[in-house]
Parts: sequence; structure tokens; C-alpha cells
Amino acid sequence: MAVFILRRLAQTLLVLFVTSALVFGGLYLIGNPIDILVNPAADEAEKLRAAAALGLDRPVLEQYWIFLKSALGGDLGKSFVFGRPALEVILERMPATLELAFLAMVMSVGLGIPLGLYAGLYPDRLSSKAIMAGSILGFSLPTFWVGLLLIMVFAVQLGWLPSTGRGPTQEVFGLQISILSLEGLKYAFLPSLNLALFKLSLIIRLTRAQVREQALLDYIRFARAKGLPRARVIGVHLLKNIMIPLVTVIGLELGSVIAFAIVTESVFAWPGMGKLVIDSIFQLDRPVVVAYLLVVVFMFIMINLAVDLLYSALDPRVRIAEAK
Amino acid sequence: MRKFLLAALATLLSWPAAAQELSIALSTPITSLDPHFHNLSPNNSMSKHFFDPLIKADERQNLKPGLAESWKAIDDTTWEFKLRKGVKFHDGSDFTAEDVLATFKRVPNVPNSPSSLAIYTKPIKEATAPDKYTLRLKTDKPYPLLPNDLSGIQILSKKVAETAKTEDFNSGKAMNGTGPYKFVEYVSGDRVVMAANEKYWGPKPAFAKVRYRMIANSPARVAALLAGDVQMIEGVPTADIERLKKDARITIASAVSNRLIYLHMDSGRERNSPFVTDVAGKPLEANPLRDPRVRKAISKMIDRDAIVSRVMEGQAQSAGQLLPEFFFGTSKRLKPEKYDPEGAKKLLAEAGYPNGFGVTLHTPNNRYINDERIAQAVAQFLTRSGIPTKVDAMPSAVFFSRGTKLEFSLMLAGWGAETGETSSPLRSLLATYDAAAGMGTANRGRFSDAGVDALLGTAIATIDDTKRGFMLAAAAEKAVGELTGIVPLHYEVSSWAMRKNLAYKARADQSTFAFEVFPAK
Amino acid sequence: MKEESPWRRFCSDFISSKIALTGLILLSLVVAVALFAPWISPQNPYDLAKLDLLDSRLEPGGKYLLGTDGQGRDMLSAIFYGLRVSLLVGVVSGLIALTLGGLLGVLAAYAGGRFEALLMRVVDIQLGFPAILVALILIAVLGKGVDKIIVALVCVQWAYYARTARSAALAERGKEYMEAARGLGLGRARIVLRHLLPNALPPLIVVATVQVAHAIALEATLSFLGLGLPTTEPSLGLLIANGYEYLLSGKYWISLYPGIALLLTILAINLVGDQLRDQLNPRLSRA
Repeated sequence: MAVFILRRLAQTLLVLFVTSALVFGGLYLIGNPIDILVNPAADEAEKLRAAAALGLDRPVLEQYWIFLKSALGGDLGKSFVFGRPALEVILERMPATLELAFLAMVMSVGLGIPLGLYAGLYPDRLSSKAIMAGSILGFSLPTFWVGLLLIMVFAVQLGWLPSTGRGPTQEVFGLQISILSLEGLKYAFLPSLNLALFKLSLIIRLTRAQVREQALLDYIRFARAKGLPRARVIGVHLLKNIMIPLVTVIGLELGSVIAFAIVTESVFAWPGMGKLVIDSIFQLDRPVVVAYLLVVVFMFIMINLAVDLLYSALDPRVRIAEAK
Repeated sequence: MRKFLLAALATLLSWPAAAQELSIALSTPITSLDPHFHNLSPNNSMSKHFFDPLIKADERQNLKPGLAESWKAIDDTTWEFKLRKGVKFHDGSDFTAEDVLATFKRVPNVPNSPSSLAIYTKPIKEATAPDKYTLRLKTDKPYPLLPNDLSGIQILSKKVAETAKTEDFNSGKAMNGTGPYKFVEYVSGDRVVMAANEKYWGPKPAFAKVRYRMIANSPARVAALLAGDVQMIEGVPTADIERLKKDARITIASAVSNRLIYLHMDSGRERNSPFVTDVAGKPLEANPLRDPRVRKAISKMIDRDAIVSRVMEGQAQSAGQLLPEFFFGTSKRLKPEKYDPEGAKKLLAEAGYPNGFGVTLHTPNNRYINDERIAQAVAQFLTRSGIPTKVDAMPSAVFFSRGTKLEFSLMLAGWGAETGETSSPLRSLLATYDAAAGMGTANRGRFSDAGVDALLGTAIATIDDTKRGFMLAAAAEKAVGELTGIVPLHYEVSSWAMRKNLAYKARADQSTFAFEVFPAK
Repeated sequence: MKEESPWRRFCSDFISSKIALTGLILLSLVVAVALFAPWISPQNPYDLAKLDLLDSRLEPGGKYLLGTDGQGRDMLSAIFYGLRVSLLVGVVSGLIALTLGGLLGVLAAYAGGRFEALLMRVVDIQLGFPAILVALILIAVLGKGVDKIIVALVCVQWAYYARTARSAALAERGKEYMEAARGLGLGRARIVLRHLLPNALPPLIVVATVQVAHAIALEATLSFLGLGLPTTEPSLGLLIANGYEYLLSGKYWISLYPGIALLLTILAINLVGDQLRDQLNPRLSRA
């Protein structure tokens, strides 16, 4: 087990290295930040000064080498646009995105598994069919569209919830969190719902598929024949076995939630990492984009590690296979 | 009982009463509160709430006294400014010429600046303070635009200018200015909160507290206004103007701005312009865009009024030159080109292209209002009159990088004259490219004419306003009217939407100033 | 009595489900419209010479059945052509990503060891990369176009398939029958193709039906951000993205009708996909 984790960590370093190289190269190919940041009326002297100030006057490979050297010390460079350490800018906005991701996951898992379970156990009921139809709606409409519709209905027409922005924050362990207060939740509700819809649909469908599959298997029939109460059969046996593929997908989806938060944050003016990174991409603020990707990829690998560990805990067959 | 019900109903139907707090939604986020760090419009507008420049600009960009009560050019290269007495910084200290000198020293030396204000202090060769309230500036060469440039530099106190770093401004520590508002809070990417400066030397701000929110997504910004979350928004999207005008709860303030949307053409290459083809689509060796008749024909093919009414929904003004007529340096003779497809075809034939030619129009898609749609409309018009046109839209990051490398033949772009007069666009768009001298820095078509250069060169060194005005107008008449170095399309009209109980004088420089928002009469 | 061929049984099972049948009919309709768009559209929305700016934003009814958009394009024609592009982009990128990712994932599960670890780390990188960044880089380097969007979507999607395939294959790998097959000395290729792959297929199909929808919606999002297809040749996603800013001003038709078309298309794909998945699942067919 320890070897497994250590090997993963070593691979993580490799992954981060490759990611940083890809982003550097990619942004270099898109364009020159100086052409976008410097006032177009400026003369050559100003352009040269800016290039030197931002370290862009050296060849790309040298810039990358400088970046690597300071990255090992924890310094991922200074944002071109903000003038502050890129890592600081990202980490400052991370709690806001994580709040949305967390709430979205809670909504989608909390609603998705029960609904999927129901639809899987009673597939022929009208309500089940309605749930499945609704789930298709959830992932076929583009996020930005649904987002604006939510704003139009709940904020403009009904006035029940605020239209955009993030609520008041409190400091918790040095981070600014807004969802611990009712006021904060009011602001977070619509964007989280928007973000959750896609995953909700996915989880409903996957749960239902797994339930239908498992419900036919021998061990379930055996348990029922033994006289075990229905609830126990479902709750303990069925649930445990559908958790495995479910956990994989949920882990996968967490990454996509953070990626899709980009759109939701834009529509709801939610000051998170996603909105920051899209602006930074369009402004070619390379340090921020690199910092964002490194942070996100790192988080992602850690999540996958957790999922894999959970996986082997849940499914003894995998443990045996891996041990071989 | 009835009265109670009616009152309750009225409360439900209206918004909560406007307190002493004003909330405004901005369309572009600021990147820093340091007034000299990043020369970006939102940053500059925001810093004017906390700090003052020596010279201010009114809503039509005419210069007005700021921290300097008066100024004049003593001779061609010396200027004298009489500073305002009795002005205090937020911390109570007095404002004197020493503060100005310290500020000028700081401006070119802000570390890590992606776009500094050094271009404004560069012409100043020497700055002295003969006494506490007099400032004397010497320039290298005659530089008539000095007052305009100075209107962009916010003045800091000597202590702040000498010791503050950019992060001190963002945290609020260094936010000690002379301006109408005092710093309260700044959350990057989200909001800026400020409180009125009771001891301000100028007109007292009407609202005790102002909260600026940054909502870049246009429909979301409108939704925020309609939902009552903010009381005023800038950058009203053209799609919603009609609906907002009909809403009885909302007022719209509009003004034509200093931003021109135009077409730039590759007039530099003699042959083989990258995206010019014959009508069948095969690359063309000759470069038709080099011929002024072809460029004039393109101008005639475009129905500007249709673009203004259908694409911009009335939020634009057809353009025939570089700035609307009330600005300094414009010509009374240049009018928007009339829509004349027949005349255009004749000119094309005259120039040797009776069957036309093909071209690709490149445009950014996230930079100017409706940029991509304008490009599509232009392409429609050109195609109908014999120039089949394709449109290639891309994010501005890609567009400007490639455009600067001269990869395009026909491009849509915009220019906002920060100085509020025409030497800015003439110099940057139409002067012969000379990087070291800062001429033609945005001249992506490499238009070049000796006559225009001569007129412009003399104009920018002429201190006398009247003479300079004539020369600038003559340069524009030659460059745009006669040679069609660029095809002007329209000037953007900027709009602000606010609750009916508010009033704002719409500004040509597109700035949003909370201290110029007043309760409506 | 003649024995029914497996294919025939498959088809008759399929048709017996009314919902699946509806989905199939709907899908056929959508595909037909997409294929015959140039012949059934009242207007060619790609021909700039025929468009008239003064016709823009007209309400539905009269000359233009579903109204016109901001450019003066007839909405009905734009929707027909847009269906074409959206389907092409979604299905083609989905198929390529499925093949590529599915094979890689199954191979990784089977081979194990360094190859599997390497592949999974590559998958991690891929999944961490926002689709938007990939698209921006590709578009800057290659330019805009349907083929470039497909490449971008494949790049973004293959990792999902790979990961799902690997998990499913992993679970299979540990089962007793696999031991038996190996014990019997069956060839590797045979094990992978006849045993691992078919069992990995059902979850892949579920992912696929979601992913095609996802791909089309992703393309719409990229268009919303200005990174999608060229606007003169729009997909449904681009039409919706263009109409987005008109939602608040009451010109609903510019965004609503393409949205309905998109919805119906994805609904159809999924109804058919659901049935296919149920029928292909060896475990369900026992019932």
C-alpha cells in the first residue's frame, strides 16, 4: 500500500512537469501577451520595458527554465495582469469555486442516488419514466443557457434569490467561506444548481443502470429468498455493489465540475478560479494559467488516488487483482 | 385597511427604497487599485474616485481644472501650473507641489507593470516646484498634448509615492488620496466599496457609500439591474436597450464616445496580400487594396445606417472621420460616406477590377461591442457589391498577435482616443510606421503617405491650439477623405442604465464615476 | 421451426419497446433533415449575398416561419443546417473518442504494470486540462473549422472513455472466468476482444450516449466563449449561443427554437442509446 502511494506521488511530479511544459508551449503558440497588455499607443521603448518587466524578452526555453527553478521553491511566478504571485491569486479564489463544487456534488449525489435507485427498482412506473426524461433534459441543455434561465425566473421574475455574485464571507481556518451563513447560501444556490444539473442527470442514469443490472443477480435473489427485509437488501447489498462504478464516475466528474464552473462563474459573476482562468487565458496571463492548471491537476490526481484507494476498499476482487 | 393593502402592494411592486448606498455594476473587472500599475480603462476610472489628477476632463473630454487651478505654456517647451490651495489628503495632510514631483518620479518605475503610464511622463524632461503651489515642467520638444496626458496621472502624497508598493494599494494601506471617495474594501474580481470624503475640495458626492460590483457577463448585468441587486449598470448591451427604454422604472443615459470602429486594409504590400483572392478563390498576385479607389469603393459599399440601426440597435453614430465632430482636431468637411453600391462598382472597374475580387475579413470576437456581427454585416454588403467576403472571427488575444505580425489583409478594429483629440488616432493608425518614434504603432495596414506624415508631424509640435486644429483636420481630410487609409464605420455610443431616481451625465470617454451620479430632480 | 437469427431477434426486441421506437423514429427524422438540409431549406444561410441585414430579428410568421436571427438568417434554414453540423461534430468526435479511449482503457487494464500507470497518468493530465484551453490552443495553431473542433472534442473526451473502460475491464479481469480463460491458454487478443471488450461495452455505451450530448453542448459552450465554429456556418450550439443575449429582451425565437431542436436531437440519441445498452448488456438479457 505504501509503495503504491509513493509510486503515485512520483508519477504526480512527472505529470505536473509535463502539464507545465504543455501550458507554456501552448500559450506561447497562441500569441504574445505584450501585444494585448501594452497600451496600443505606446512606443517601442514602453513595449521593451514591459517585456523586460514581465520576463518576456528572453527566449521561451529560458523563460521555462527560470520558471522551473523558482517553481521548485514554491514560486510560480507573478501574474502579468495583477502583479501579484500567481499562486496567491489562484488560492485566493479557490474557496469560492470549491464551495460551488461542493454544493453541486451534494445536490447531485444527494438527489441523484435516491432518484436513480427509485427509477431502477421500479422501472415501469410513470414517475420513473418522468425521472429519466428529466435527466435527459439535465445534460442536453447547455449550462450557460440554463443559468440565464434560472436567473430570469428566480431573480428577475420572482425576486426570491439574488441574481449574481457571492454572499458575505466569514473567515474559517484562514479561508473565506460564504456558504456557512443563510445569506451566503442564497447567493450560492442558483449557481450550484446550474453546475449540478449535468452531474445529477449522469448519476441518476448510472445508478439506475447499475441497479437494474444488480437487481437481477443471483445474490440479490438469494438474499430475498433468505427473508432479509427489502430495505436491508437494497441498503446494504445492492448499494455497496453499485458504489464502485459510481465512485469512479463521481471522482471523474469532480474534475469536470471544476472545469465547467468556468461557465457558471461567468454567467453568475461568481468570483472563483474558473472565471479568473478564462480571463487569464484570453489575456495570455501565462503565470496564472500555469498556476491554475498545476493546482487543478494536482487536486485531480489526489482525488483519483483517493478513488482508487476507496475502490480497493470496496471491492476485494480489485485488491486481489492488484496484488498479483 | 385598504390603504395598508395598497401600501403593501406598492412596496412589493417597487424596489426597496434607495438608501444612502449606491450600487453599480461594472462590465470589466479592475486588475489593481494602484493608479500607476496598469494603464487600463477600468483601473483608471476607479482610481479617479480615490485620487485626483492635476487636470480633469468633463463628459466631452474638455479639460477642466483639477488639482491644478490653471496652467499655461510660458514658451514652446515650458509649462507652468498653479496648484489648488487648501486641498487635504484623506489622512489630513496638505497637498503641495512636492507631492506632484514625487508622483512623477514614481510613474515610470512601478515594478512588474504590464502597461505603465510612463508614456505620459516621458515628454517631461524636467519638473521643478518654484514654490509650494507652483509647478514648472520643461519638455524636450514642443508638446501640446501635455495637459491631456496629465489628466491621466493620479497624484499621490509624497510619502505614498516614495514608499508604497502595488500590494499596499490593493490592501488599502496606501489608499490615501485627495479624491471624493475613501477606500473601504476591495475583493479582487468581485467588488470595490468606498465611503464619501466629507472634506472633498470639489462638489460633494451625493452618496455616502458606493459599492461597485464586477459583472462581466452582459445579460447577467442587466438581470442584476432588473432584479434590483444593483441600481445602475454601465455597458448596456445593445440587445436590451429597447426593452430597458420601455421599462418605466429605468432611465438610460447615452453619449457618443471617442471610440471609432473601422476597417484597416493592407495597403503596404505591393503584391500577394495573404487573404486576397480572385472571385473564384485563387490567390491573387496583385494587391487591389493598395489602390485608394478600391478602398474608397469598399467604403461606398457599406450601408452604415443599416449597421447602426440593425446591428448596433441605434447605439452608434455613422462615422466619416476619426472622432465625432465636437472633438478637437476634426474636420467640418468630412461626412460619413453615403451608401452608393453603383458608385462603388464604377470605382472598382476604374481601378481595374470590374469583376471584383475575394477577401477574408478578420475580426476579434470579444473586444468591441458586437464586433463579430458588424463584421458579418460588412461581409454581406461587400459580397453583394462584387467582393465575396469570408469572415474569420477570433479571440482578441489571437487577433492582435497575428495582426501585429501583419498576417491579415482586411481587418475590423476599434480605436478609443484617450486624449480626446484626433492626433491620437492619426498618429497610431495612419502615420507611417516608426516603432522608435512611436508612430503608426497600431497601423496594421501599413498605410503610408508623406503628405499626411508632414501635416501630422508639424501639428503635434504646434502649441497654438487654432493652428494645430487646422492641421489635424487637414491631415484627416487627406488620410481618410482622400486616400481612405482606413474605412471609418461608426462611433460607439455608450449607455448607462439606472433607476429612475438617479441621473448621470453620460461620458464620451466611457468612464463610470460614482461621484457624478446624483439623485434625479 | 426456423431459429431466429440473433440480428432479427435484436431488431424485434428493439421495436417492442415503444419508447425506443419513438426515439428511433425521431432520430431518423433528425438525420434525414440533416442530410437533406440543402434541399428542404427555404434559404441557404451560408450564402452571404442572399442575406439581408434589414430582415434581421423579425418575429416568427409570415415570410420566415420561425423568424430571423440577428444577421437576417431564416431560423428554420439555420436550424436545418445547424443540425447537420452539430450531429456531425458530436457523433464523429464521440465515435473517434470511444474507439480510441475504449481500446486504450481496455488494453491498460489488461496489460497492467507500467503501461497502465503511464496511460492513467496521461488520462489525469487530460482530465485536468480545461476543454477551453485545449480549444484555444488548437484554434490558435490550426485555425477555426469543423475538423478542428472535432479534433479538440476528441482530445477532451477520450480520457473519459479510457478511464471508464479501464475500470470496467479491471473488474472483469479479476473474475474467475478470466482465470479460467488464461488457464485454458486462450490467446491474449482473443481474451481482450471476446471477453474484456464486450463486458466493458455497456458502461461505455452509457458514457457514449451522454458524451455525444456532452460534446454537442460543449461545442455550444465553446461557441458561447467565442472559440467554436465560424459564425457564418453555425451549429445549433452556436445559434443558441448567439441568441443568448436576446433572451432578456423578449426575442426568444433566436435562442428557443434551436434549443428545442437540440433537445429533441439529444433526446432521440439517448432513447435509442438506452435501448441499445439494455439489449447489449449480457447480464440484463438473462431476465
